Amino acid sequence: MNIDSIKNGIVIDHIASGNSMEIYELLKLEELDCSVAIIKNAQSRKMGKKDIIKIDADVDINFDVLGYIDPNITVNIIKDGVLVEKRHLSLPKELVNVIVCKNPRCITSVEQGIKHIFKLSETENGVYRCAYCETKAKNQ
Amino acid sequence: MRNLIDILDLSVSEIEELTQIAEDIIKNPEKYQEKCRYKKLATLFFEPSTRTRLSFEAAMMELGGNVIGFSEANSSSAAKGESVSDTVKTVGCYADIIAMRHPKEGAPLAASFKAEVPIINAGDGGHNHPTQTLADLLTIKMEKGGFDNLTIGLCGDLKFGRTVHSLINAMSRYKNIRFVLISPEELSLPDYIKKGVIEKNNIPYTETRDLEEAVKDLDILYMTRVQRERFFNEADYIRLKDSYILTLEKLANAKKDLCVMHPLPRVNEISPEVDEDSRACYFKQVKYGKYMRMALILKFLEVEI
Ligand SMILES: [Zn+2]
Repeated sequence: MNIDSIKNGIVIDHIASGNSMEIYELLKLEELDCSVAIIKNAQSRKMGKKDIIKIDADVDINFDVLGYIDPNITVNIIKDGVLVEKRHLSLPKELVNVIVCKNPRCITSVEQGIKHIFKLSETENGVYRCAYCETKAKNQ
Repeated sequence: MRNLIDILDLSVSEIEELTQIAEDIIKNPEKYQEKCRYKKLATLFFEPSTRTRLSFEAAMMELGGNVIGFSEANSSSAAKGESVSDTVKTVGCYADIIAMRHPKEGAPLAASFKAEVPIINAGDGGHNHPTQTLADLLTIKMEKGGFDNLTIGLCGDLKFGRTVHSLINAMSRYKNIRFVLISPEELSLPDYIKKGVIEKNNIPYTETRDLEEAVKDLDILYMTRVQRERFFNEADYIRLKDSYILTLEKLANAKKDLCVMHPLPRVNEISPEVDEDSRACYFKQVKYGKYMRMALILKFLEVEI
């Protein structure tokens, strides 16, 4: 795979340097068959250093996960070698099965098959709370 | 189909509606004694709470309905490791409505995702207890005539007291409310309520350590228990505990029509001598709790009144 050019796929850009592995895991990219490139510490005029992930296939990715980790990330969608969409992210209102509640008194700690739901409770500070027990999610 | 998980699940107008139904039940109990005939309430108490369970069961019986259920987890399938989702799905095949108490926070919400009948949260750990708040609200309405223009003192454990948090949430929706927060430093109201609810709604409030001084401005005094286990050391507990015990002496400067409330059970935070004072409303509060549960059951079962 030539990491500079993707024909059909997704480039996740402006990842804060060092966060790419976490995104790789949360998006479950290890499950993909196609080539995936992680570029660490790329030069960035804006950020100094940044990480980039390139996925060489047109896959569905969970934009909520990305928005939660870092709303400054941009996602470029490439079709036939052309940039067709540049998506800017925002903090999602709700996160389902992305993070789990750390409160041992929370029902999610024992109930099998339960959806782990967090809701954005303070937009300005990016605070998420567990939908069940209202415990604050630990900051990334 | 409706559920009551958090007091804020009910709008201001729905609370008004419930208090009106409750007031009508108080005035005309005979009109309601057959309203839930052939209906069943299941009380699923995964942890014991006798007074809350009895209140729900009495409420359903006074509506002419029947009650099934269990009063502690070890007599239920939960002891065999069944999930709350499975339990409520099963019970929903027998009962028309479920009141559920559970030691885990959020268990009634989890149940409501799967249940096919209305779920009422009858207390989920230290988290929510919305029907207690309904009892508190009817008490305020009956004793004060309405919810606006009130100075509400909240005293004792404001940090962990879930009934206090719910009441603040509920009362923050009314006009010209003022809160007086009376607690030791260690047990003061958490910021997410102080900033996230009180300040966000532009409600004036003061914080004080001194109950005796604060009491004279209040229309309502909501007492809670200061629990020994909340303190890091015994010395602090002993130093502070008496400051938050309500006595007739501390009521000397209070308004004549002050309404003293307490979610009960009390240990020693209200001296028994206060019970005889006309300002003591905490036993009425228990009665009002039953009427609000009756109103809630009627509403959620969509019974015509
Ligand atoms: Zn939780």
